Amino acid sequence: MTTTDPLSPLVLIVEDEPQMRRFLRTSLGAHGYRVLEAGTAAEAVMLTTSHNPAILLMDLGLPDGDGITVTRTLRDWTQVPIVVISARGREDDKVEALDAGADDYLTKPFGVKELLARMRVALRHAAPEAPEQELVFGALRVDLSRRLVTRDGVEIHLTPIEYKMLTLLARHAGKVLTHRQILKEIWGANAVEQPHYVRVHMAELRKKVEQDAARPEWLLTEPAVGYRMREP
Amino acid sequence: MPKPAPDTSAEMRRPDPDALLARAQAAHLREHRAKLKVFFGFAPGVGKTFRMLQVARDVAALGTEVLVGTLETHGRAETARLLDGLTVLPRQEIPYGNTVLAEFDLDAALKAHPKVLLVDELAHSNAPGARHAKRWQDVLELLEAGIDVYTTLNVQHVESLNDVVAQITHVQVRETVPDSILERADEIELVDISADELLARLRAGKVYLPEQAVRAAQHFFQRGNLLALRELALRRTAERVDADVLAQRADEGVESPWRTTERILVCVGPAPASARLVRTARRLATGLHAPWFAAFVESPLHPHSAENRQRLDAHLRLVETLGGTVVRLAGVQVSSALLDYARKNNVTRIVIGKPTHSRLRDFVRGSLLDEVVRGSGDIDLHVISADETAPAAPQGPPAASPAPSGPYGFALAAVAAATGLAWLGRGALPAPDTVMLYLLSIMAVAVRTSQGPSILAAALSVAAYDFFFVPPFFTFSVSDARHLLTFATMFVVGVAMSTLMVRTRRQEQDAREREARTSSLFALSRDLSGARDEAAVTAVLCGHVASAFDCAVRVVARDSAQWRTLAQTGPWLTDSSDDGVLRWVVEHGREAGLGTETLPGSRALCLPIPVAEGNRTALAILPPGGRALDSQALASLRTYMAQGALALERARLAGVVSAVELRARTEEMRSSLLSAVSHDLRTPLAAITGAATTLRDDGQALQPSERADLVEAICEEADRLERLVVNLLDMTRLASGQMRVKREWVPLEEMVGSALTRLETQLGKRDIHLRIPPRLPMLHVDPLLFEQVLVNLLENAIKYTPPDSALEILAEEKPTGIVLLVADHGPGLDPALGAHVFDKFVRGQHTGIGGVGLGLAICKGILDAHGGDIIALTTPGGGATFRLELPLTPGPSAISDEAPPP
Repeated sequence: MTTTDPLSPLVLIVEDEPQMRRFLRTSLGAHGYRVLEAGTAAEAVMLTTSHNPAILLMDLGLPDGDGITVTRTLRDWTQVPIVVISARGREDDKVEALDAGADDYLTKPFGVKELLARMRVALRHAAPEAPEQELVFGALRVDLSRRLVTRDGVEIHLTPIEYKMLTLLARHAGKVLTHRQILKEIWGANAVEQPHYVRVHMAELRKKVEQDAARPEWLLTEPAVGYRMREP
Repeated sequence: MPKPAPDTSAEMRRPDPDALLARAQAAHLREHRAKLKVFFGFAPGVGKTFRMLQVARDVAALGTEVLVGTLETHGRAETARLLDGLTVLPRQEIPYGNTVLAEFDLDAALKAHPKVLLVDELAHSNAPGARHAKRWQDVLELLEAGIDVYTTLNVQHVESLNDVVAQITHVQVRETVPDSILERADEIELVDISADELLARLRAGKVYLPEQAVRAAQHFFQRGNLLALRELALRRTAERVDADVLAQRADEGVESPWRTTERILVCVGPAPASARLVRTARRLATGLHAPWFAAFVESPLHPHSAENRQRLDAHLRLVETLGGTVVRLAGVQVSSALLDYARKNNVTRIVIGKPTHSRLRDFVRGSLLDEVVRGSGDIDLHVISADETAPAAPQGPPAASPAPSGPYGFALAAVAAATGLAWLGRGALPAPDTVMLYLLSIMAVAVRTSQGPSILAAALSVAAYDFFFVPPFFTFSVSDARHLLTFATMFVVGVAMSTLMVRTRRQEQDAREREARTSSLFALSRDLSGARDEAAVTAVLCGHVASAFDCAVRVVARDSAQWRTLAQTGPWLTDSSDDGVLRWVVEHGREAGLGTETLPGSRALCLPIPVAEGNRTALAILPPGGRALDSQALASLRTYMAQGALALERARLAGVVSAVELRARTEEMRSSLLSAVSHDLRTPLAAITGAATTLRDDGQALQPSERADLVEAICEEADRLERLVVNLLDMTRLASGQMRVKREWVPLEEMVGSALTRLETQLGKRDIHLRIPPRLPMLHVDPLLFEQVLVNLLENAIKYTPPDSALEILAEEKPTGIVLLVADHGPGLDPALGAHVFDKFVRGQHTGIGGVGLGLAICKGILDAHGGDIIALTTPGGGATFRLELPLTPGPSAISDEAPPP
């Protein structure tokens, strides 16, 4: 266990289960995070205001309200990354939280590795970064300035929609994007109720980009939620 | 009649506990139901209204809420003074012709809901357009609503005393009140003054008499009449007091002085005198505290005419009004049918009318009375004189029967034709043939028309024959006396023939109608037996009633406060008043609407469907042309209702049974779940606990590799536990019907892909052969659930096959749907399991492989929820194959490669 550095990122854990808090506190502390704990929605809002944490881990089921409402409240004035935690089978809640402004989600039960990866991605996307010219995913390269996609140096021809979809996911690599977010970004606000648009184009995109479209390496499906580009 | 042996043993005299309980309950009910108090008098002017007001004031003084519903002071100052301080309900104005009638406002009274309501003149007939035809019906509704009612009544208005009063006073009273309402009364207070005092009051102008009734009233108010009426009223009240005393004694367990085993049967027919018989039987029955039955016999030999049938119906209605039971018997011989019924039902007394017809008819047809007397054995007979002067029952409009000229014209023409023919052949035809021609014409008339024209034809034939063919010709005189015999024979044969013919035809018609009724009822019960639930039953009932009665039909039900239309046919013109009738019928469980006494102004006739409990259901019909149904149609409609009620009851019971079955299955499921939880969940938990405690307690003593091994075990077992919990949760949601299928259009590849990604670690280096046609339509499924199916199938395959064997996933589009095969090359399924592999908590016989046996059950549940199917097959060359089929659904809106139009 490393000692906590006052400059290391502050994590606010919003969770009403003491055992979960204990596990998160220990493992996050061990990885150099400073930890703040809130057991209720009201406490979460208060602590976010007073302590200005670098990231929030938020359970969706809270005794005095749900995490979705807290997310909406916070999004009125802060862009602090929020990773929601929820049980399997509550996919609708996850999508709602993501659409409300949460950055990512984790399904209980999860491993520490997965948790740290999600937090890392969320923190990275929150920090202002210089726009990259080229994104690399193994053999796959996306050259944004030249609008060129290659695999092992061989150019892949994509339709404009496929290209937009690939770059959207690639720029948010590691982060889940809901069907609604993708639709809104590519087709506009009127198409958000047509998730099969995304699915059809995703199937085509995978056939062109992935080695084995049935066992995708990079363009991962988050069932009933959306898609995620694997982090390189 | 055998008297029951008096029982003297103390044991038997002790009140039966059940009976005591029933009596206690009855007493409780009596105490809590609304009370009816009747102020009973023997004539107008005895002071009933006055007394009622006095009592009401006393009650009001004690703080009870009293409301005057309707009351006539008839301008009497003393009475009006008593009204001071009491609240009077405003009258409702009902337009009638050019005038407006002020009537008692039932709805306002129900709404005001006082503790005690005063309703004067119980026998009053309401204005047309009011809800009920009679005020006593209003009172019944008020009582049902829980309002105590005070009312007034004169003895001549009591139904069972009606004819006695008419005999005494020679004034026929039309407004009557059924005896049942007097029996329903919790208290009857006799308001009595002496006849002389009443006459004195009459002379002093203290008795109000309506203008038009003054003459009748003068006749009525004769000392003799009044004395008799007073006696009648006193006797009726005394009977009631007697009954109260007896009931009290019974309540206290005192053995009644005699126990009744009497049963009374009265024979009714269409003759007007039957009404009197019915009333007599009722009085006799009341006196003896005996149940009574009214029987009528339908004989195929003497079918009733329409007019007779109407009168008979009126008599049977009277029986029902007076609280008797109607028995319909069928038999060729009236007397034997009656006696049979009487014997079988232990009837002790038969009430029968004195014959009024000629002795000759008895000679021809046999005398009913004689036959009954002879066959009655130990049954007592009461022979009641039939009062021929008694006016016919007032029910029903007089049957207007304008003499139809058609048939008589036909008779005339037939005889003329016969005459013409005979005249043409008068040289060639011998006299007997001429007679035959005439007989032929009479027969033709009998076949085509009724009895009247046939007799006319017979008479005309005789006359024409005499006039044209019997010398001296062209006169009616007869030279030879032998011809007189010919005439007589001709006439008698003609009449007899026509009578026979007419009777045969009527019988045939009756038989046809009966058969039509029977077969339609048969069809109804056949179709009802096929109906499984309430909706089906009511739909069948609706359809049959609509076709049998040629009308629009609607069935509604009320569950607690919710109204539902269960079935409906034809163009049902919704009209709020029709709905009102339906509601009334459902709430009160009685018939109402067109042709009944309640809300007769409605277009619809509504009948309750008498189910035993639960929701209340009623059926309404709109008879074509707005004509009320005749009594036969109504009776058969009631039979339909009874059949429908039976079927509804059966459907309800079936529902209860299936609910019980469901509970049993749930119970079974719960116990399987418990055993699964206790065993399958504990195994991984034990492993985790073991490994974790070892690490905690002996961590330092272990080699690093051993420690890593234990940690790995904890992670694996936790994963397994998680999968078990997921499966159990899914199963529970599927079983409880809470699984919501959220369908979306998804390409199969995506779901296969994400399932394979989820199983990445378990699949390891296994070969997966995937064959999905490139143009395979998207599936319209819940992506999460369908992915779960794939995961479960693949997990099973991984569990039961060697780690290096390949798995195959094949998809194919068939005309019926999309077929997906998931195949492995392992040992295959246990053939002993057969189709049970999809049952819950069923597992293959492979030791050491974890699982609860829910995976396939969940797959089946999910496929079922999607309208699809899953079956287990054997892979060619060995192994298990699961074949999934999903129905094809019309595709989603076209997808353009470019952005859809905004």
